[in-house]
Amino acid sequence: MDLYVIISSFIAGLLSSMGFGGGSVLIIYLVNFLDLPQKQTQGINLLFFIPCAIISVISYKKQKMLDFRRTLPVTAFAVIGAVFGFIALSYIPTHLLSSFFGGGLLIFGLTELFRKSRVKGSRGSGNHRR
Amino acid sequence: MNKVIKIILSTFIGFTNALFGAGGGLIAVPIFKSEGLTQKEAQASAISVILPLTIITTAIYLYRGYFNITDALGYIPFGIVGSLVGPLLIKRIPDKILRKIFALFMIYSGINMIMR
Repeated sequence: MDLYVIISSFIAGLLSSMGFGGGSVLIIYLVNFLDLPQKQTQGINLLFFIPCAIISVISYKKQKMLDFRRTLPVTAFAVIGAVFGFIALSYIPTHLLSSFFGGGLLIFGLTELFRKSRVKGSRGSGNHRR
Repeated sequence: MNKVIKIILSTFIGFTNALFGAGGGLIAVPIFKSEGLTQKEAQASAISVILPLTIITTAIYLYRGYFNITDALGYIPFGIVGSLVGPLLIKRIPDKILRKIFALFMIYSGINMIMR
């Protein structure tokens, strides 16, 4: 197995299992090193995520960092949203939407980055709710 | 964050996942944080939300022939190794730092999205 594959997939698994999945390392590797078409790289990244996520969820559940009663409603509505998303795929120019979405992420990320830590949340490691 | 906004944002998680194949987790984390979860718990919860969505999206991508399962197989073994380490590693990172890293990640993803 190619060393680049080993390293990139390890880092991608590491990051996505910590919750940093969206701008995946794997896509960077696939696009820059292999120059594959966008939908194919997206698909590979998606499939890759599944076993990584399953393992992560099991681990987080064991560490009591996950409560399905909380996540279930969000998941349910997300699935509904996905249905709409797939319908919309045929009608909406995604590059327009991605600019809007990207812009929103950028703004939100910047505000989070420069936000002063609130006293309430700045003590402790944050491993569990107090 | 009131219930209606939460519902709309949750729907949006799936919407963006279907359209872009990614990005939903970035919306999920703030939702969970608004419910009082710590940064770590929110990130962990986001993964559990994105998992079923990803399964659906992947199935549809395969059905539409955007890629083949064999394309991805080579990356999975060490991806799994990384995924075993991640949840253990994240416990050792203080929430304050994690929040900043996540913010940087949002910025990076945002720029990526704009440049699509």
